[in-house]
Amino acid sequence: METMLSWISTLCIGLGVFLGVTGAVGIFRLPNFFTRLHAASITDSGCAFLILFGLMLQSGLTIPTVKLCFILIFLLISSPTATHALAKTALDCGAEPTPHLHEER
Amino acid sequence: MIGITHIYAGACLALLAIMGITIFRAILGPSAFDRVMAVNMFGTKTVLLLSLLGFLSGRPDFLDIALVYALVNFLSTIAILRFFEGRTSVAVEEDPAGGAPSTKASSSEE
Repeated sequence: METMLSWISTLCIGLGVFLGVTGAVGIFRLPNFFTRLHAASITDSGCAFLILFGLMLQSGLTIPTVKLCFILIFLLISSPTATHALAKTALDCGAEPTPHLHEER
Repeated sequence: MIGITHIYAGACLALLAIMGITIFRAILGPSAFDRVMAVNMFGTKTVLLLSLLGFLSGRPDFLDIALVYALVNFLSTIAILRFFEGRTSVAVEEDPAGGAPSTKASSSEE
C-alpha cells in the first residue's frame, strides 16, 4: 500500500513537472499574446494541481496535508481568475486576439 | 535505488529551469501584458517550489510561506491589472527599435 501510494505520488509529481515544462516552452515559443496566455494558464493550473496532489499523497493524514489543501484550493480559484482578468484587461486595452503567424519573433 | 528525495530534488531543478524561461519571457515580452502573465506564472511556480523545498528539507513549515506567497501573488496581479485598466497605450507591442509608450508601461510595471 505504501509503495503503491509512493508510485502514484511520483507519477503525479513527474506529470506536473512535465506540464510545467510544456507551459514554459509554450510561453516562450508561441507567437501571440493570447496563445501564450492559453499555454501559461492551462499548464499552470494542471501543474499546481498535480504537484500539490503528489505531495499530499506523500505526507498522509497530517497537518501539512491540510495546508497543501488550502494552497491547492486557493490556487485553483485564483489562477483562472487572474488569467480571466488578464485576458479581459488586454482585450479592453486593445490587444488583438488574431494570431500573426507570419511574423517571426 | 532512487528515493523520494531524488524525485523532490529533480522536480525542484525542473521548476528552477521553468522559472528561468519564464523570467526570460518577462524581460523579453513585447507588450506589458506578457510581462504581467510571466510574473504571475513565476509566482505560481515559486509557490510550488517552496512546497517542494519544504518536503525536500524535511521542514513542512515552508507551506505557510507558500500559502502567503500565493495570496500576495494573486493580489499583486490584480492590482497591476487594475492599474492598467483602460490605458490603450499599454497594449502596444514594442518595436525592435523601442517605442515610447511601451517602455513607459514596462518601467511603470517594474
